[in-house]
Amino acid sequence: MITLKPGDVEAGGVGLRNHLILAAGVLGTTGASLSRMLRLGAGGVVTKSIGPAPNAGHHGPCLIRTDCGLLNAMGLPNPSKNFVEELEPLTGEPVVVSIFGGNPEEFKEVAGWFAGQAQAFELNVSCPHAEGYGAAIGTDPETVLECTRAVASYGLPVWVKLTPNVTDITTIGKAAEQGGASAIVAVNTVRAMRISTAMRRPVLGHRSGGLSGKAIFPVAVKCVWDLYEACSVPIIGCGGVSTANDVVEMMMAGAQAVEIGSAVVDDVRVFERIGRDLYAKDGHAADEIVGAAHHD
Amino acid sequence: MTEIPTMPVPVTIKAIVQETPSIRTFYFDPAIPSSPGQFVMVWVPGIDEIPMALSSSHSITVQKVGDATAALFTMQVGDRLGIRGPLGNGFIVSGKTLAIGGGVGAAPLLNLVSAGQVSTFLLGARTKDELLFAPLIRATCTLRIATDDGTAGRHGFVTDLMDETDLADYDHICVCGPEIMMVKVLDRLQKADIAERGQFSLHRYMKCGIGVCGSCATDPHGLRVCRDGPVFTGDSLLETEFGKYTRDASGRRVHFPPLHPETPKKPETKEE
Repeated sequence: MITLKPGDVEAGGVGLRNHLILAAGVLGTTGASLSRMLRLGAGGVVTKSIGPAPNAGHHGPCLIRTDCGLLNAMGLPNPSKNFVEELEPLTGEPVVVSIFGGNPEEFKEVAGWFAGQAQAFELNVSCPHAEGYGAAIGTDPETVLECTRAVASYGLPVWVKLTPNVTDITTIGKAAEQGGASAIVAVNTVRAMRISTAMRRPVLGHRSGGLSGKAIFPVAVKCVWDLYEACSVPIIGCGGVSTANDVVEMMMAGAQAVEIGSAVVDDVRVFERIGRDLYAKDGHAADEIVGAAHHD
Repeated sequence: MTEIPTMPVPVTIKAIVQETPSIRTFYFDPAIPSSPGQFVMVWVPGIDEIPMALSSSHSITVQKVGDATAALFTMQVGDRLGIRGPLGNGFIVSGKTLAIGGGVGAAPLLNLVSAGQVSTFLLGARTKDELLFAPLIRATCTLRIATDDGTAGRHGFVTDLMDETDLADYDHICVCGPEIMMVKVLDRLQKADIAERGQFSLHRYMKCGIGVCGSCATDPHGLRVCRDGPVFTGDSLLETEFGKYTRDASGRRVHFPPLHPETPKKPETKEE
């Protein structure tokens, strides 16, 4: 299999220890948990999405494993401004703070709390199960542009995480680019649901939610591919990555780095495991691989 | 580690036993094979899903503390619940074991008693009527009782019974109860220089139950109560958030009341 040369990485304006980043929403509610993932080999981490007010999230069940992925409707639980103290021990570490809001002003307010702590912001304009937030924002190019511009005013890199639940993801990617994004992250979860036949009702407390994990890897590869063709801003791949070959495939589609989330359900040491397979002293330079499948 | 379950398994409530004025056992079918100390996520349809210790392979023993447990208390024989589990690590013992349970915390320890793995059980409750499983425990091992109000057994805390017990005589000390009680137990074990023999079943707010969401991660090591626990050895809990604070559903820290002075306090059981 194709391997990469080990070493520090720069992606979307952020210095990373390798190409593998902990995705938002996974083990990201506390500073200690984020530290643990860095210790366990993540090249960088994205926090749980933080919003304008403390939020308990949806009633359960909030997350179930399916045959080939995870189905969740957490409902953006977060401690809001209290999260600032969680990140204090992580100063100087490769931490990207994921934020959400209901409009550009809220995005800017939340980002302001972390402007001295974050290496970058990741805008959650893609959560598929929170009314008024997430994908409610991220399916409108004009709003995405305004939210990106509002947060970019702090002078830190801004990553914009896109939803795959649109007809043409490139229109949203271009809007983020015009708003001043340093990178676009593709993709968030795919709208999905399961029904308990025994109970005759949807299994999630919120009824429907978002699918992640292996099931959506091909969806994510296609989104990265399309964005690479349409945009010039760097792309961070996200969605169902669970092996070193998945990382290389995502990079050949156009991603400069990848985020990994659901794969921790099978192995909390997934970053170490993938890193062992992915890197070799005689490996390729990443820029030989990124977008390599696009020739002709 | 048992396999991570997928969809909740539907179970039917077969019997409901009022154990104490505030605690009920719900027996269900089919059984969920498990090891002592493992837990399940219990789906109360239309309400919520909450972590619950298994008191046997086919029962959960529940105290009414919040919306979901209140809804559970309205359920009848024949009603259905969804169960995901068993989850977590459970108690691992060999040799001579002391069990220490406070209040509804006796529930996960009952599985250990039923497996014949407990030599002595120290059982505490606020008052005589709230003592859980006393006859069942007495039938299997040595039972010693303490009540806060002195209506049964020793007048005082379960930790007072520890002072009359040769702790070093036991290979394992398995503990479940209010965190304020458990931290006092750990203190006693530490003083006896046997913290590592303690196995403490922790309670934290959980959303996913399978180690992904991070809502039950503890400080400072980032260990997940649902997946790396819920049972942790005493030495691993020293210098941690144990006994100091927990977190609510949003992830904000909620501090426990200070430990001293040692006056009886109603433990605050966090469900949401």
